[in-house]
Amino acid sequence: MSRILAVDDSTSMRQMVVFTLKSAGYDVAEAADGVIALEMAKKEKFKLVLCDVNMPNMDGITLVRELRGLPDYKFTPLLMLTTESGPEKKQEGKAAGATGWLVKPFNPEQLVATVQRVAS
Amino acid sequence: MSGIDITRFHQTFFEESFEGLDAMEAALLRMSSGPSDAETINTIFRAAHSIKGGAATFGFSEVAGFTHVLETLLDLMRSGRHEATPADIDCLLRSGDALRSLLTAARDGGQPDRDGIAALKAELESRLKGGGETPSAPAPAQASAPAAPAARGWRVRFIPKPELFASGNDPVRILRELTQLGRCEVHCDSERLPGLRIAHPEVCYLAWTIELHGDCPREAVAEVFAWVEDDCELHIDALEAAVEVAVTATETRAPELKLIEGGKPATPAAAATAPAPGVDRRAETRGDGSSIRVATEKIDALINLVGELVITQAMLQQQSAGLDPVQFERLLAGLSALNRNTRSIQEAVMATRMLPVDFVFSRFPRMVRDLAAKLGKQVRLATSGEQTEIDKGVIERIADPLTHLVRNAIDHGLELPEVRAASGKDPIGTLRLAASHQGGHIVVEVSDDGRGLDRRRILAKAAERGLPCSESMADGEVWQLIFAPGFSTAAEVTDVSGRGVGMDVVKKNIEALNGAVEIQSEAGRGMRVAIRLPLTLAILDGMSVAVGEEVFILPLGSVVESLQPQPEQVKRMAQQGSVVRVRNEYLPLVDLREWFALPGTRRATHEAIVVIVEAEGRKLAMQIDELVGQQQVVIKSLETNYRRVRGVSGATILGDGRVSLIVDVGAIVRLFSSPQTPAAIAA
Repeated sequence: MSRILAVDDSTSMRQMVVFTLKSAGYDVAEAADGVIALEMAKKEKFKLVLCDVNMPNMDGITLVRELRGLPDYKFTPLLMLTTESGPEKKQEGKAAGATGWLVKPFNPEQLVATVQRVAS
Repeated sequence: MSGIDITRFHQTFFEESFEGLDAMEAALLRMSSGPSDAETINTIFRAAHSIKGGAATFGFSEVAGFTHVLETLLDLMRSGRHEATPADIDCLLRSGDALRSLLTAARDGGQPDRDGIAALKAELESRLKGGGETPSAPAPAQASAPAAPAARGWRVRFIPKPELFASGNDPVRILRELTQLGRCEVHCDSERLPGLRIAHPEVCYLAWTIELHGDCPREAVAEVFAWVEDDCELHIDALEAAVEVAVTATETRAPELKLIEGGKPATPAAAATAPAPGVDRRAETRGDGSSIRVATEKIDALINLVGELVITQAMLQQQSAGLDPVQFERLLAGLSALNRNTRSIQEAVMATRMLPVDFVFSRFPRMVRDLAAKLGKQVRLATSGEQTEIDKGVIERIADPLTHLVRNAIDHGLELPEVRAASGKDPIGTLRLAASHQGGHIVVEVSDDGRGLDRRRILAKAAERGLPCSESMADGEVWQLIFAPGFSTAAEVTDVSGRGVGMDVVKKNIEALNGAVEIQSEAGRGMRVAIRLPLTLAILDGMSVAVGEEVFILPLGSVVESLQPQPEQVKRMAQQGSVVRVRNEYLPLVDLREWFALPGTRRATHEAIVVIVEAEGRKLAMQIDELVGQQQVVIKSLETNYRRVRGVSGATILGDGRVSLIVDVGAIVRLFSSPQTPAAIAA
C-alpha cells in the first residue's frame, strides 16, 4: 500500500500529523520542507501529500506546483495545511494545483476525517 | 478512532517555539544592524507563523492570540506594505520576549505579565494601523456552522469543469461523501461526453444531479464541494424550488463544452514547468532534515557505556601484556583492533554531545544591544568561530562567565562615544567574541578595544586590600590580582579599577571545568580575556602517579613538570612544613601520602619524585613515589557514586579494574595556602 507524505517545517505539527495518521492505520513518511519532499516524491509515489504553506527552502505552493508537474502526481490528491483561512492563499494553492486544504488549527479527528475523504 | 492526546506533542512544540524565537531575535538584530534581505524577514515571519499555528493547534490560545497580531504586522513587512522602522524592530524584539514569557508560563505554569503583554499587543495593533490595515480576529479553533433552517433535502447540480481531475479531485469521492449526509438519488448527465474514440481520458465530461434527502444544513452540502467550488458550476437548492434553477444551469454550460471539443485537455501542465523561486536556495543548510532530536540522558547513558567499554578494553590490554606474541598472535591482533575501534567509538559518541559555541554566542547580540543602549555606548559586536564545537555540558557552564565578561567589557572596558572620539578612536567600540580549537583545547575569547586595565589603580587597590603586590610585578601578575576573591566586589572598586566585577567567580567557574583564564591588556587599546577549556568533561588527560600501592591521576593540564630534587633543594620551614626550591622559586611541598593518610613510610623527598602543579596562578610541589604514565581517563563522579571528598575531583577505573582517584589540584592549592594545616583538614 502506498504511503502518505506529510510536509511541515514545524516538528511538532509534523509529529502530530504523522502520529495521528499512523494511529489511524496509514503509512506515513515525513519531510521538513518542500525541497526534501520533492526529492522524496520523485523516488516514491505517494498516494497523498499533505503540506504546510510557509516553509523554508521551498514553500508549499511551489511544492504543489512542482509535484503537479510530475507525471506520477498528475491526479494525486495534494492537500495544503494552511493557517490562512483567507481566500488569497487558497486561490494561490488551487492555481498551483492543490486538491484542497485543511485549515489550521485542526484537531486529530478533523485531520483523519479529511484524509479519509481523499485516501480511502 | 480513539482520541489522540495532543499533549504528547507539547514538549516538541515548546522546544521548536523557543528555537523559533531565538532565530527570530537573531534575524531582528540583523535587520537593526543594517540592510537585510527578504529571507531575513521571511525567517521572522515563519517563526511567528509556526508558533501561531502550533499554539492554536495545541490549545495555547493566549500565545496564539498574541502571535496573530505579531504575524499580521510581520506579513505587512514581508509584503513590503509596512516599512520596518527601528521602533518597530524594538517592539518586535519585546514581543519576542513577551512570547517567551507566555510560552514559559504555558509550559511551567506561573503567571506571565499579562498587563505588559496586553499593552504590547495594543502597541503592535497601533503599529498595524499605521500600516493602514487592521487585523482580523484569529481563526477560531473549530469552524462553527451557523444554524441554518434545515430543509427536507437538497437538489445539487454539479457540473465540473473539464480540468477537474488536474487538481487531484475526484467526483466519485465527492458523491460518496454526499451519501454520508443522507440518501442520495444520483443522475449522471453524460450529455457532454463526445464519442469514446475522441474522448480524452484526463478530461471530465460528466455532470451530475443529486437529490439529497436528509435533514442537513446547506453549509454541510457546500462544505463537500468546498475544494472544487472554483472548478465547477454548482447549484444547491432546496428540493421544492429546484426546477427553475436547473434550467439556467443548463444554459451556462455551453462555453465549456466548446473547450472540450477542441480535443485538448485544459490541464494547465505548463504552469508546473515554471522554475520554482525557492529551489535555488536548496544549498542552504537544512539542519532539520538531517538531524534528529535525542534526549541528553540517552546520550549520557551511551557515553557511560562507552566509558565502561574503554575500561574493559584497557583491562584486556593489560591482561594480555604478558602473553607470548607468537603463540597468541591472532588474539593480540584482535585486541589491538578492539583498541582502535574502542577509541573510534569513544570519539564518535563524544562528538554527539558537541554543540557549536553559537549556542551561547547567539544570546549576546541582544544583550550587547540592550546594555549599550542603557549605558549610552555604541558597540559593534563581532563574532568568529561560532561553529566551533564544545561539549554541551561545557557550553552550559561557560554561559554565565562569558556573560560576566561581556557585561564587564561594555560597562567598564568600552568608553563613551565622546571619550573615544576625543582620544582619536572610532566612537563605536568593538567587542569581539571568538572561539577556536587550539590543540586539545577550546579557546573562547572576549576582547574589546576599550581603555584596558589600569595597572596603577589595580596595584593601589590591591595594596589597600592587603594583597601581596609590588610595583615591580610583571603586568601578567598584576592582572591576576583582579581574580582575587573580594578584590572587585566592592562597588567603588569597579569605578576606580575600571574592571573586574566578579572576576573571581568567573575564574572559579572556569577552573571547575578544568579550564584556565588568561588576561592580556594594554592601556588605552583594550583588553582580551581568553578562556581555555577542555574539549569534554567526560574524559581527562591525566598523569598517573603511584604513592605506595595507590595510583592517583593528576590532570595533565595542571602539571608543570616533575623532577627528583637534590637534598639541598628541600628546606624545612619552621611553621609551614617544607618547601622545594625550583629555579629560584620556593614552592610549598605537599606529600600526597600524608595528604591522603596512606599507609607506608614516607620517603625522603630527595629519594622521591615531586610533580610541580599549578592552579589558580599558584604552584605547588607534590611528592609522590613514582610516575606511572600519561593516559586518558574516563571521569566518574565520586559524588554520585560515593560522596564528596576534599582534594578529589572524581575517580576513574584503571585497566586492572582498580579505582583511582583524580586529584583536585585546585582544591589542594587553595586549602594548602589557607591558614589551615593539612592535619586540621583531614580531621
